[in-house]
Amino acid sequence: MSNSFLIILGIITPLFAALFSYVCRYNNNLRDSFGIIGGLITFVISLKIFHGIQNNEVYQITFFTLFDGVDFAFKVSALGSIFSLVASSLWILASIYTIGYMRGAGEKNQTRFVIFYSIAIHAALAIAWSGNLLVLFIFYEILTFSTFPLVGHKQNAESQSAGRLYLSILVGTSLIFFLPAIFWIWLKTGTLDFQDGGILMNKFPAEYLSFLIAMLVFGIGKAAIMPIHRWLPAAMVAPTPVSALLHAVAVVKAGVFSFLVVVVYIVGPDFLLQTKSSDWLVWLACFTIMASSIIAITKDDLKARLAYSTISQLSYIILGAALASSLALKGASFHIITHALGKITLFFCAGAIYVTAHIKKVSDLKGMGYKLPLIFFAYTLGALSIIGVPPFIGSWSKFYLIMGSIEREFIIVAIILGISSLLNIYYLLQPVVIGFTQNSKKEIKLIKAPLTVWPPLITGLGCLVFFFYANYFLNNISGVIVN
Amino acid sequence: MFDIFLDDAPALVVVLPLLISAIIAFMPSKIWPWIISIITLLLHLFLSLHLLKEISVSGLIIYEFGNWEPPWGISFKIDGVNIGLQLLFSIFVLVSTFYSRKIFLNEIDYRDSGKAYSLWLLAVGSLNGIILTNDIFNLFVFLEISALASISLIALGAGQNRKALLAAFNYLIIGAIGATFYVIGVGFAYAMTGTLNMNDLVIQLAQYSDGQLAIFAGMSFMLIGLMVKAAIFPVHIWLPPAYSYAPSAVSTLLAALATKTILYFFVRLLYEVFIIYPSYLSLFLDFVLYPLSLLAIFIGTVIAIYQDDIKKLLAFSSIAQIGYITLAFSLKDHSGVASGFVHIFNHALIKGGLFMAVGYFAILYKDRVTLNSLKGFGYKYPITSFALLICGLSLIGLPLTNGFISKLYLFQALYTNQMYFSIALVAVSSALAVVYFWKIVEQMWFSEIKFKSEKEDAYIYLPIWIVTISIIVFGIYSTPIIEFSNLSADYLISGYQN
Repeated sequence: MSNSFLIILGIITPLFAALFSYVCRYNNNLRDSFGIIGGLITFVISLKIFHGIQNNEVYQITFFTLFDGVDFAFKVSALGSIFSLVASSLWILASIYTIGYMRGAGEKNQTRFVIFYSIAIHAALAIAWSGNLLVLFIFYEILTFSTFPLVGHKQNAESQSAGRLYLSILVGTSLIFFLPAIFWIWLKTGTLDFQDGGILMNKFPAEYLSFLIAMLVFGIGKAAIMPIHRWLPAAMVAPTPVSALLHAVAVVKAGVFSFLVVVVYIVGPDFLLQTKSSDWLVWLACFTIMASSIIAITKDDLKARLAYSTISQLSYIILGAALASSLALKGASFHIITHALGKITLFFCAGAIYVTAHIKKVSDLKGMGYKLPLIFFAYTLGALSIIGVPPFIGSWSKFYLIMGSIEREFIIVAIILGISSLLNIYYLLQPVVIGFTQNSKKEIKLIKAPLTVWPPLITGLGCLVFFFYANYFLNNISGVIVN
Repeated sequence: MFDIFLDDAPALVVVLPLLISAIIAFMPSKIWPWIISIITLLLHLFLSLHLLKEISVSGLIIYEFGNWEPPWGISFKIDGVNIGLQLLFSIFVLVSTFYSRKIFLNEIDYRDSGKAYSLWLLAVGSLNGIILTNDIFNLFVFLEISALASISLIALGAGQNRKALLAAFNYLIIGAIGATFYVIGVGFAYAMTGTLNMNDLVIQLAQYSDGQLAIFAGMSFMLIGLMVKAAIFPVHIWLPPAYSYAPSAVSTLLAALATKTILYFFVRLLYEVFIIYPSYLSLFLDFVLYPLSLLAIFIGTVIAIYQDDIKKLLAFSSIAQIGYITLAFSLKDHSGVASGFVHIFNHALIKGGLFMAVGYFAILYKDRVTLNSLKGFGYKYPITSFALLICGLSLIGLPLTNGFISKLYLFQALYTNQMYFSIALVAVSSALAVVYFWKIVEQMWFSEIKFKSEKEDAYIYLPIWIVTISIIVFGIYSTPIIEFSNLSADYLISGYQN
């Protein structure tokens, strides 16, 4: 198969999954199977591309010219190959999990749900493989619009207002900041293509680079840096598969991925290091990390707590991009994988607890550890990985980030990262501690939903196993950073 | 046998609607005036396509009425500047006429249908005359016919809301003042040069190369008169009430085409005739048109944010958008004029689509469409609402819509002229456009939860969707619009550089 054909196939497979799901909407099993099949196909393609990138193959396709210097084109970058691999592999597990969750929780409108779910994955893959900033922007918007029906899935007043907040923040910031920033880059350079080392050097006035960085980081609202983070906790009213795959992996990672891509392939880390225009962002990211960790502690609702944890973890990646040194960028890129794997495990578990025991709050978890041992086991694995304990995969990215901050001589940042890990321990492991130490007096009726238990176990064990295969991913990541 | 007619195609595109308009004026039937109008406009489109074919061969057509040679007789000129506009005009008029039938049936007495379409064709013919004429006095005649026809059409809205009469009267008075200014200017020019033909005017004006006060006065009168007619800030005050109280079909036609044709003539006059006096021209462009455009962009957008009535909101947004066009025209170079033409095309489609969708809502709601009345429309009438959404996103300038292409070329033109303040202002006002459009979206989708959809009329939403799809198509495949605009700019700017 030719390389360009692979890209087309990978991008349209989720659309076909959506189409077939609609066609087979009266046969629930058949309908839901297309998510898994689509996930498998895109996973195989992503894996092939991932390996191809390692062997310096070029994956590129141009459809037509949008305007001078900007084509509607896809071109897989090293960073994109990582993101697509994460999104597609987790889509398989999330599809399995979705079946268990949606049926276990008795949600309505399941067909609509799976259709928009697939479209969202389509947009995420297109973002990963986009060839220039405008194509990225287009699919960024499609991702927002396709996840909106998922956020408002329950169609009650709460989800309605959450959906409103979600759309207004994400679309608003992208139109007010992101799009003008794209215009600005295009006017200065005449192109928007992603190139190793960036395209702005010698073309963009260095004194304005800080403004551009600000427009980008606030314009890419999906990266959820404070104060543009409120859409993410609001989006947690969505069914848990959405929170798990989209609001821990696809959507938020699309956000930080976009920012990372801009730093690596548009601005160029060298240019950023020379001008130090992103140093202010380091502090904003640190503030977000600390503030959202503290808010997370106060949240009793498990999903809300995980949401704030996500905000904090996303800022790790922003931090890495802002530091722009090679180690920090390595850590930031790797954190896309490690956080995805860890956080999806936690969300899977939160959903599984909700489906089997109808518990949403941390304080209600008393004694549940003995009743749901597998779920709590998986949860612990995921939590340890996010905290950054070896031998879990999360420890790698944290290690690189801390090294990166020391490399740039931001010692305080390294200390903040350490404190943040301590806070992680508190708010992520507290549910486990409550689950195993205190005995519940209430009798809780458990519903069996095995399909919600296996996916988190697989991803949780993945956190452990991939610790030893970190080099497998790091090979590609090293291709990202050419300092 | 058709060849005889085809030779007279430049005249026929104007005369045919005017002629038919007289025939259908007193037809008492509900449907026949519409059918005849549609047939007429199909012929009109055919003639426009024929003109396009001719132009692609010869590049220039001068049509002399009655074979009277130009300085003495009236002539029409078709060249690279107006052929694109002619085509857009022809197509959009056809679509909006198709759309208008059900709207008119709901908004005006069916017995008036004959009169309405008579006026409609009158407006179409005279506006088309503005595009084609090569004679400054002939232009005045067309201006007056189109104004009187549009005023009567606006007054037809009185069945819905008595304020339409006031709006029509306003337009009548202010429009008449504008026309008077223009014709006084023409008088000055005629007194000095003895000619009304635009090409001849250029030659005759050349003898006063050092300039004469009478000529400058005449030019200023003409320009101010046209500015009133084109609703350039601050002489725009007739426009918002006129657009918002007119019957919906009429607002669609006027918003999409009426000001655009006058803007076209305005820029033609500037860059084809007044170019003789570069110092006067740059004085006018730099110190009148440029600041007024910026004010129009900013103030129009801000006022639009505070509007409760949707049609008024769109009208004030039109003031801002006309500001974008005149801003581009004030740049005095190829990229500026081209981007102005790009926005004339794109904005005609966008505003046309928006007014069509809102007009349909007015009929469904059976009252004036305010922000409040749109509650839950997104779920109630999904087909039309979705079209409105796309048109609105295009107004803001989202990629893959033609509004994006407009903004892009405008930014590029401003950038090459190093007008960073204007870039910032345009960017800010685009951001503010997000605010007022978001208010509509919020009412339609987020204020009331009602998931039952109701039946929509295909006769109405089909034309709306034709416009909407063209917005997307020209957003992705923008080459035709860009080429027509570049062609227009080539013709106009080549004069400037000589």
